[in-house]
Order: sequence, then C-alpha cells, then structure tokens
Amino acid sequence: MTSTAKTLDVSVWRSNDTGGAFQAFAVPIQESQTILDVVAWIQQNEDPTLAYRFACRVGMCGSCAMMVNGKPRWTCRTHVQKVISGNKIEIAPLRNLPVIKDLATDMDPFFDKWVKAEGVFHPSKTRDDAIEQIDPTSHERTEADIGIECINCSICYAACDAVSTTEDYLGPAALNRAWTLFNDAKDSGKQTILDAVSANGGCHSCHSMGSCAEACPNELNPMASIAGLKRETAKAFFARRKS
Amino acid sequence: MTDLWLYMAQRISALVMAPLVLGHIAVMIYAIQGGLSAGEILGRTQGSFGWALFYGTFVVAVSIHAAIGLRTIAFEVLGLKGSALTVFAWVVFLVLFVMGAQAVYAVTAT
Repeated sequence: MTSTAKTLDVSVWRSNDTGGAFQAFAVPIQESQTILDVVAWIQQNEDPTLAYRFACRVGMCGSCAMMVNGKPRWTCRTHVQKVISGNKIEIAPLRNLPVIKDLATDMDPFFDKWVKAEGVFHPSKTRDDAIEQIDPTSHERTEADIGIECINCSICYAACDAVSTTEDYLGPAALNRAWTLFNDAKDSGKQTILDAVSANGGCHSCHSMGSCAEACPNELNPMASIAGLKRETAKAFFARRKS
Repeated sequence: MTDLWLYMAQRISALVMAPLVLGHIAVMIYAIQGGLSAGEILGRTQGSFGWALFYGTFVVAVSIHAAIGLRTIAFEVLGLKGSALTVFAWVVFLVLFVMGAQAVYAVTAT
C-alpha cells in the first residue's frame, strides 16, 4: 500500500445470470481494518444488494470465510494491511462450493460430507450408566483435543486441490472430525467411522499436499488427522483379513 | 475396486519395490566396474532362477504401482471416469507387465 492512498482498490465478485464478474469499489482506508470491515462498508455505503455471510466477527463462528487475493481466509480476523497487494484486494466466494449469491456460498455439500464421514457422535451409554472417566493425558484424548478446535469455516475445504479434482472427496474438515470421534473414548462407532472414511472419496483420496494445514486459521493440521485415519484403515485392512 | 484396495495395493507394491530398487542400484554399481558388456550381464542372468525371481517380482510390483498411480492422475487431471478409467488402468498394467516380463525372459532364459 502506498502511504498517499486514501482508498483501497477492492474487486468484489458479483454473481449474475451468466455466472458473475468482479466489480470494482473504492473503499476508504481505516486503521486496523479487516476484510470483513471492507465488505461491510461496501454493503452499507455503496451497494445494499451485496450478499455475504458473517455472525460473530471474532473468529469463533466460521461464517465469514472468503477468498482474499486468491487465498481462503477468515475475513473477520484478516487485517487488510497483512494481505494487501499493491493497494488491491480481490474478494471472492469460497472455492470448491456452489455460490448462492455474490460472496455467500452454499455450505450444504461441506456439511453433508461431515455426515457422510460419520462425523457424528455415536453414543455408547444410556443415561443410567455412570459417566465414563477420561484421562486427559492419554494419546487418544490428546489427538481428539487438537482436532476439536475446528470452527467449521470450510477454509481447508476451499484450499484443498483434492476437493477440486475429486467431487466425492470428503475433504479435510470432515475427515478431521471423523478422526476426533475415532479417538473419543465415548464414541462407539470406531468401525463405522473407518468404513465411512475407507469408501471411495474417503481419506485415501488425500495426497498430503498440506494446503489444509497451511490455510487453517486455527492452525490445525487436518492432513495429520487424515494420515491417522490412513494408518488406522490400513491396520483394520489387515486385521479383518486375519480374523 | 475400492479406493482402500487400490491404496493398499499401491503401498504394498511400493514396499516390495523399495529393497528391489536398492538391490538393482547396488548391482548396477558393481556391474559397471571395469566396463560393461552384454556378455557379462547375460553371463550373470541367463539360467538364473534367482535373477528371474528378483526382476520378475520387480516387474509385477512396478506394473501394479504405476497402473494405480497413473489411474489417479487420469481421473484427477484428465477426468476419466467409470469403465474408461478401469480400462485405462488395466491397459497400463498389461503393457508394463508384458514388456517387463518379456525383458526378464529375454535375459534369464537359456
């Protein structure tokens, strides 16, 4: 950014009947301005029809992810000064997801894949059973604790090239969720999870490129979770043949 | 065939190949000492069941490993799907296997 510039050159993706195109806006520069501030300014001052999604504004809800200068980012926690390139900012809807309008994507395929990966809790007890004691220092619990910091923002899903090339691929977030449940002592669906992530489009479609780990705003490593699933599915592959 | 089976077949074939590659390189370094001749190579391999087994195993592992790898690339980059993808993988496997087996036979048969 040049010190004399008073406005940012912002290109925002706008959908139309034929797909869409970038629209240019001049947005006043402010101190500690985030990308979400920029989008909100445009919507409030230039074009009230601009569609985008946000909720908490503090990096907890995972609603406001967008492509910023070609990379998926959580816009509420992304400072303009950190990502600006020659006073220009390009803001587009998240990659790998259908667009509803402008910057708002349809998250259905993302969450459908969570369910397909068996990223849902499989209860093992009734309300009459005693509460299971969990050792917080156990290897399994430590693995699960890392993964459950995911805020479901879909940034890893947008960053993943395997998702782009393989339509059925469950993606990093869903598989990371499956891995946390696999390591949860209270979850009774271990084999169900392994079966789900071993199906076509499961963890074996991952090429360990690491874009998910690089892009994750919470600094999680879904690639490592997926590697864990690959190890466990390989073990189960041999164990089943023995039994 | 499921992704898991292909994944396992590719990893297992890689495990098989790893020591064979090292053995192949070691023999190459040994064999070129003092010049290389067809006669010297054939003298070592012709009629040798051990070398036939060594390179025969190598050919099978390579054919499996490469066919699965190229299948993935054909799917992801070229967009091949369904039976076209299966046929592609089998053709790669068969071409590599037949060519490799032919070569192994040529240098080990007496």
